[in-house]
Amino acid sequence: MNYTFQFDAVFAAWPLLLKGTWNTIELSLLAMLLGLAVAIVCAWGKTAGPKPLRFVINAYIELIRNTPFLVQLFFFFFALPSLGLRWSAHTAALTALVINLGAYATEIIRAGIESIPKGQIEAGLALNLKRHEIFRFVILKPALKAIYPALSSQFILLMLSSAVVSAISADDLTSVAANLQSQTFRSFEIYIVVAGIYLLLALAFSALFRLIYKASLNYPDRR
Amino acid sequence: MRTFGFPEFLFILEAAKWTVALSLIAFIGGAIGGLLVALGRTSENRLAQLAAGGFIQIFQGTPLLLQLFLVFFGAPVLGFDINPWVAAGVALILNSSAFLGEIWRGCIQAIPAGQVEAAHALSLSYVSRMRFVVLPQALKIALAPTVGYLVQIIKGTSLAAIIGFTEITRAGQIINNATFQPLMVFSVVAAIYFFLCWPLSLLAAYMERRQAAALAR
Repeated sequence: MNYTFQFDAVFAAWPLLLKGTWNTIELSLLAMLLGLAVAIVCAWGKTAGPKPLRFVINAYIELIRNTPFLVQLFFFFFALPSLGLRWSAHTAALTALVINLGAYATEIIRAGIESIPKGQIEAGLALNLKRHEIFRFVILKPALKAIYPALSSQFILLMLSSAVVSAISADDLTSVAANLQSQTFRSFEIYIVVAGIYLLLALAFSALFRLIYKASLNYPDRR
Repeated sequence: MRTFGFPEFLFILEAAKWTVALSLIAFIGGAIGGLLVALGRTSENRLAQLAAGGFIQIFQGTPLLLQLFLVFFGAPVLGFDINPWVAAGVALILNSSAFLGEIWRGCIQAIPAGQVEAAHALSLSYVSRMRFVVLPQALKIALAPTVGYLVQIIKGTSLAAIIGFTEITRAGQIINNATFQPLMVFSVVAAIYFFLCWPLSLLAAYMERRQAAALAR
């Protein structure tokens, strides 16, 4: 092997890489929050909603979980504008991420909700809590606690799959890498550094999720 | 300009065989790699544990797309002649090795410790212990999540389109560039993936239910 690694060109572009990293963090965090909201609503609909609603939610989940994210992204970015919807690559990317995460997280949260013992809900009724209070305090919170590990690894998978949005040139870390690559031709060096940044991001997110767990869900279980 | 008709549909459908071929390569290679990773993670050898753990951390902690780029752009640097076929195959094998390895580690560890102790007491060697006691039982638990992971592999092959490998997604892009009917084209692309993946998802869910019922007995 007679190849000299030249990382200078990569590190010279650190402001761009930093900006790209921040964009990926921002995009992922927004997608996580909105995706979680979608998932909570859908999980409620799937466990307590009327039958037609359940059917629609099921169709949504199956459709999203059985097609690749890249195709969903192309659909939102290329196909929907042909129906007259005008939006930027960034918005299309965020929407695709939210809809994708929503489907996976709905299934995870539903499993959590179904793990809540019936007696607990009856206890809520006996205490004369309102329906939405029961859902929020008696069902949702313990459900989130029960499925927290699965949910947080789904979130990290989402952060990693957000790299795919570079395929429509939404500005994220991988897009920055692709641009740098075409300017400097140091593709191997750039992708090594960027893969390293993603690895650090994955570790940082899992540390953050542990902190959130300790701060808000770390109460003793009575089982 | 071309319009989307039956020949265009056939072009995309035909590309499905490359998606299936790439998925099979990734699955078979990933199964071999994954078994090694799972055995490494569960072995008593510290070095094997660390190596397998590091491998999993790296491949589960970075995007599949970046792994694909690293193989595709890195191999020529290291002196290998490479085409999108090989790059996509190698990257997907490495990635599925990590994920299958982690799934199967869980299955191996789910086997009660008493079983392993009994095998020790019978003075079985490591190979016979794994081959006759642990792995056959782990296989039974592993079946449902493995079928489920197959769906992830099929969806993962779509990323090979980005490095120019003509599978379903790339075929869709090509047709879209010729017909400018993205709604039609990407609906068809999505539908083909759906009909590849959905039966597997249903099968995985069915196997999981059956297994849960068997355990409840």
